[in-house]
Amino acid sequence: MSERGTRLRRLEPAAIGGVMSREVANFRTYWKGTTFSSVLEPIVYLLAFGLGLSATLVDEVHGIPYVQFVGTGMVATAVIFSSALPAMFGTFVKHRFQNTYDAILAAPVDVEELVSAEMLWIGLRASVYGCVPLLVTIAFGLDPAPGMLLVPLFCLATALGFAGFGVAMAATVAKIDQFNYVTALFVTPLFLVSGAFFPIDELPEGVQVVAQLNPLHQLVELVRGGAFGYEAVDILRFAGLAAFALVMWRVAVKRMSARLID
Amino acid sequence: MAAIELRGVVKRFGPITAVDGLDLDVPEGICLGLLGPNGAGKSTTMRLLTGQALPDAGELRALGHELPGDAKAARAEMGVVPQLDNLDVDVTVEDNLAVFARLYRVPDVGAAVDRALDLARLRERRRDAVDELSGGMRRRLLLARGLVHEPRLILLDEPTVGLDPQIRTQLWTLIDDLRSHGTTILMSTHYIEEAERLADEVAVMTHGKVISRGRPAELIAEHAGRETAEIYAPPERLAEARAIAETDGLRVRPAGPAIAIVGSERAGNGAVPEDAVRRAASLEDVFVLLTGEEAE
Repeated sequence: MSERGTRLRRLEPAAIGGVMSREVANFRTYWKGTTFSSVLEPIVYLLAFGLGLSATLVDEVHGIPYVQFVGTGMVATAVIFSSALPAMFGTFVKHRFQNTYDAILAAPVDVEELVSAEMLWIGLRASVYGCVPLLVTIAFGLDPAPGMLLVPLFCLATALGFAGFGVAMAATVAKIDQFNYVTALFVTPLFLVSGAFFPIDELPEGVQVVAQLNPLHQLVELVRGGAFGYEAVDILRFAGLAAFALVMWRVAVKRMSARLID
Repeated sequence: MAAIELRGVVKRFGPITAVDGLDLDVPEGICLGLLGPNGAGKSTTMRLLTGQALPDAGELRALGHELPGDAKAARAEMGVVPQLDNLDVDVTVEDNLAVFARLYRVPDVGAAVDRALDLARLRERRRDAVDELSGGMRRRLLLARGLVHEPRLILLDEPTVGLDPQIRTQLWTLIDDLRSHGTTILMSTHYIEEAERLADEVAVMTHGKVISRGRPAELIAEHAGRETAEIYAPPERLAEARAIAETDGLRVRPAGPAIAIVGSERAGNGAVPEDAVRRAASLEDVFVLLTGEEAE
């Protein structure tokens, strides 16, 4: 074996960095549109749901002004929509239509490194975009708090998990239109029962139990903890998100290995 | 040491055996053309060599590395030029190259990109998006991307498939340069002219195994003799001429609207019609005789 070969191990930073550098090169060509929509979307939501509803139906929830309740909750929606969906569609397109992964796997990169890099890139990007609704809510009157500094970390853990979910789905579906099932069966329900727009403690008890298993709900609670004060249980919430990311990473690697290696 | 050693390699996809007990040695420094019809197992062999396909049986070594276990180390020293264009079309030419220089752990990415741009003759277009390049430029870039780390071994999978003759000639010149610099090349192709022009040796592959191998001239001499006679005539006359030639022990193959009597220099009196067009036997004759497929 060559000297160069003996240095190659599992999960090499050089391989992961190389794959991420490809994502960065591509991102430079489309970042303006993505950033524009990620900033505009929470503003529109806050105007429509927050200001609209708080002026007519709901003034506050659990003592929190409704604009701020929705604004902090929207961090979770921004995270899932900028992680699960790009992971699903992006992975599918790169694999099936662009043959990008064939090119990358012909280099000294293995599937585990490829998936890890894709998840990490999506996770980092989503953790940045996830903070935008919080910044917009601050502009709408939410007081900044030191606890908010941990929000990017919470977003990252959640986004990694949903990126893994998206990659695994992309490796599972046969056709791109089957993502409609994934969105309808998983993404939309998770988003609706996350507690982003209404508190889940008003829901039937069974739904509340299911909602506790929803990573987005845990993220919503952690973001509100950052804004309005943490509780001891938040450590468990973060541990749950970290476990979610870890499990989804392994599932994504397994599914993509089966898909990419004949 | 052989750059590639395959022993009894088998790869199945469900009921289909794509590679069927393949034995293949590629010595260092040569260009071996893997010539075969579509579905012969050429692309699967390439994927086995990069670890993107796992063998069901057999032993594989590339550049001294056991495959698939040590495929990642082997890939670090080989370059792959795929059949399909998988460049990042929105990204600039130089960024496409830089990404792969990083993936291959090249220490000086800038120098590697400059070298690859010179090779592809794309220095002037380095800041253009791939989308803005012509088809020929894209193929040259694809080749340069596979060479950005100066590999010891290059796998070219149908490098000129679907290209017009002018672009094909440009690529042949580039590949010829690599060969003359001593880089080992394994090139799959189903174009006879490509194999004849570039390969030091040709391995004819069909149904997942190599059925004959040698220098083009040796293969022609062994399987087709010195001369081929082509007969252009109505179908009834072609059938009659075929029957006569076969009775004389000659091998006859279809050649588009004509038939070709291979090894016609051995024909007895009257076995080859006087109006037949006689020409030197070719690798195409060998290919069609061995694989039963029409050549491209």
